[in-house]
Amino acid sequence: MQLPFLSIIIFSPILAGVLIFLLPGRLTRLIKSLALAATGVSLALSLVVYFGYDTTAGGYQFLEKIAWLPSLGINYLVGVDGISAPMVLLTGLVASTGVMISWGVSERPKEFFGFLLILAGSVFGVFASMDLFMLFFFFEIAVFPKFLMITIWGWPKTRVYGAMKLTLYLFIGSVIALIGALAIYTGSGLHTFDLNLLQTANFSFEFQRLWFPFVFLGFAILAGIFPFHSWAPDGHVAAPTAISMLLAGVEMKVGAFAALRVGILLLPDGAKYWSWLIIILGVINVVYGAVIALIQSDFKYVIGFSSVSHMGLVLLGFASLNANGLTGAGMQMFSHGVMTAMFFAIVGMVYDRTHTRELSKLGGMMKIMPFAGVGFIIAGLVSMGMPGFSGFAAEFPIFMGLWQKSPVAAIVAVLGVIVTAAYILRVVGQVFFGAVPAEFEKGLPGISVLDKISIAILAVFMVGIGIFPSLLSSLVGSSVQQALAVLGGV
Amino acid sequence: MDFIGQHLLSIILFLPVLAALIVFCLPAGRVKLIRWVAFLASLIPLGVTIYLWIQFQQAESGFQFQEQAAWFPAISSTYHIGVDGLSLPMVLLTTLLVPLALLASFSITDRVKTYMILFLLLETGMLGVFVSLDLLLFFVFWEIGLVPMYFLINQWGGENRNYASLKFILYTMAGSLGLLLSIQLIGVVAGTFDLPRVMEVWNNLQGTLLGLPVATVKAVAFWAFVIAFAIKVPVWPFHTWLPDAHTEAPTPGSMILAGVLLKLGAYGFLRLVLPLFPQEAHKYAGGLVFLAVMAIIFGAFAAFGQRDFKKLVAYSSVNHMGFVVLGIAVAAAAAGTQHATLALNGAVLQMFNHGLSAAGMFFLVGVLYERAHTRNLDDFGGLFALMPVYGGLLIFISMASLGLPGLNGFVSEFLVVRGAWPVFTAATALSMLGLLFTGAYILIGLRKVLHGPLNTRWVDHLKEINLRELAVIIPLVGLILLTGIWPAWILGMINQAVTLLF
Repeated sequence: MQLPFLSIIIFSPILAGVLIFLLPGRLTRLIKSLALAATGVSLALSLVVYFGYDTTAGGYQFLEKIAWLPSLGINYLVGVDGISAPMVLLTGLVASTGVMISWGVSERPKEFFGFLLILAGSVFGVFASMDLFMLFFFFEIAVFPKFLMITIWGWPKTRVYGAMKLTLYLFIGSVIALIGALAIYTGSGLHTFDLNLLQTANFSFEFQRLWFPFVFLGFAILAGIFPFHSWAPDGHVAAPTAISMLLAGVEMKVGAFAALRVGILLLPDGAKYWSWLIIILGVINVVYGAVIALIQSDFKYVIGFSSVSHMGLVLLGFASLNANGLTGAGMQMFSHGVMTAMFFAIVGMVYDRTHTRELSKLGGMMKIMPFAGVGFIIAGLVSMGMPGFSGFAAEFPIFMGLWQKSPVAAIVAVLGVIVTAAYILRVVGQVFFGAVPAEFEKGLPGISVLDKISIAILAVFMVGIGIFPSLLSSLVGSSVQQALAVLGGV
Repeated sequence: MDFIGQHLLSIILFLPVLAALIVFCLPAGRVKLIRWVAFLASLIPLGVTIYLWIQFQQAESGFQFQEQAAWFPAISSTYHIGVDGLSLPMVLLTTLLVPLALLASFSITDRVKTYMILFLLLETGMLGVFVSLDLLLFFVFWEIGLVPMYFLINQWGGENRNYASLKFILYTMAGSLGLLLSIQLIGVVAGTFDLPRVMEVWNNLQGTLLGLPVATVKAVAFWAFVIAFAIKVPVWPFHTWLPDAHTEAPTPGSMILAGVLLKLGAYGFLRLVLPLFPQEAHKYAGGLVFLAVMAIIFGAFAAFGQRDFKKLVAYSSVNHMGFVVLGIAVAAAAAGTQHATLALNGAVLQMFNHGLSAAGMFFLVGVLYERAHTRNLDDFGGLFALMPVYGGLLIFISMASLGLPGLNGFVSEFLVVRGAWPVFTAATALSMLGLLFTGAYILIGLRKVLHGPLNTRWVDHLKEINLRELAVIIPLVGLILLTGIWPAWILGMINQAVTLLF
């Protein structure tokens, strides 16, 4: 019998989180070690799943099924395909590096790591769910720890506002999506929440046209779709570093992933009908997000808005509804997740030492933390879509897909690339180069070994996929072929 | 052995990356060791390139030493590399100039390790452009070379380096956006990025594309390609990044910038624009000629007016690269004729020659700057008395740049002009005016630095050129002389490629 890999991946952080809550708070070392071990197990197994996924067979693999509420057609049904396997790996990467760079958290570490682990487990659950009910279940579990973690450990100036805004937006989004999901459940007449079975329901065009906006938009709010994106920068900035990493690196992908799996794959005719709208909003995301990032004076807000810009590319890849675009979108979700986790980790490291995020007050950090500086530059090159890094490997297919769907959108969206280059070079220049400001000249502590390990792990994936894109595209591509069969071979 | 024999080109391409990794593992304090490792490692690609040069079969058509491997199957792009008579001289130029530039970099003392790593990565980026036979791969290398160059200027440059490096990278990246979009479009239309196959599909397109006539789409794509490459060459009026970048870049950076990076643009014209857009190129050849003549004349005028020695050399690059573009324009207008063949031979040879002389000039300017800490021409005077060997070398390289018969620049400029004359008589005559000013600005530069009354503040301050510096410049002098006296050693290879391709 095969090990239940996915269940271990999901529940090892959740159980460890519960266990941490039961431990006395003074055992901080044990708590941290437990958190690292639990996320480490998940990361190791997600690597097994990623590299064990058989791309020639395709479809869902590592399946597990337990009847849960049979009378309602709800099962504990988990499995991964070529799109979700990279997402599971991404979650493993961000969760474990998030634990590592949070090693110095001194305020209520017990609750911090407890909530962090539950959050990570719930995200694993969303990506592995093959059952619509389970997907919502895991989706909603995440809301509570997110809210608490931002309000307790967040940036004092905006944490209450940021947490409220984020929670309300996400809540509204998920309610809208839930309405759509219930419509799908009842409209299918199949009495099942099994996503694969629902794909065969043959909804009428009118039904799809009506309900697609609910499902897609509801989830896309979580992905930061314009004009519902403003929770993202505010929330990311208010959150403590590890949560920013998880929010921007993984949670935004949860939204995009669910919008694809539930919205586009269950209601493909609706997706075709509404794709023009997604393209318009996606282009705005890309260009507007980049321009706003360019004019920020706060280091963390630059990164927050860059996520809005990059998630726009994911939406554009979805909306192109063809092999190139969907493959690129899947790759971009992974690439952006790793990249933005790196960004936020390093922003946190800089802030922890300088206690400021004002770009004009920073400078010369390359001398104080060269390792982090190089890491930030690598993430910046990914962000700029520089060839040889994962961002390019993801964006290029998206643009190819867009050419086939809407050449004008491709031409407009590419402007985002040059604006991105400008804001990245601006922050790199202001934060890492130039003279060290006088107040920091007497010396700031360097970064820890765990910080360096985190940076190195994330950098390896960004460069590795940039040089060998087929490591990622073969998985994503195999499932995209099957998705296209659903979409009726656009 | 067999494996090595079949992957010689890949070895040339990636050996600098390997060397960069080795340097990365060395302790940062061992400056001497780092310098020698980087320098010696960069000699290996040069050696392999010379071997390829000897092994190259001039009688055979098409690409040689080809390698192809799966790379990005999701969008049908492959790792496909190879060289022909057009790219091999450029590969030789690169693998030759990089060791010389690294040797020139021995005077860099600040963060030597990072510097050497960036320089080696830059070499791979440049070589990749010349050997790629896949459009996507071409673009990857095209862009990736920007990153190390940006940091070399930004970190080791002069006072105004932030402005110059940002202008350099944003100009080039913005120029590449159209190229990026066009490559994507070609990939979508052709279903492949493999250059030989793209040529077939793309050139046989009929009917409409994206709801527009194919001719319209091709015309737009043509200009997107032209702008991207014109910025890199740089062609007037896209040249303004160049004087800034050159003035601020460290000396070895300027050597590579002028010696190799500018050639990437011209190479793009020859490898992609002319073969992919023959009709459009023919139609708009007049525009190209206009730009070329403007570059020649304005480049010379601007150089004439400079007080900064390095800026003078920088503008002379605009002037000299104008002849390359002129040759390309002739080929576009009169493809298939004898004039086109002559002009193209001249253009490719001029790319090689300018690589040698510009690298030499920038190096010699750097040698002077390192000693005097000024580049203002008015501050010098009579230095020949203090540094006779240096003075002799400066005169020699300047003469090559000026186009003195017997040295390399004469051969290539003569070929270009000879080919261009029957096709664009008036424009060629006009460009002669530029040639006149080329002579004038070079002689003025020489006079202000070497001759006239000796500026006494330099007595006892300026030391003669040293052995290491001689080792940098002597190979260039030798090749300049060789190409001037016996150009056949390289023209045979160029001519074979040019006759086959166009």
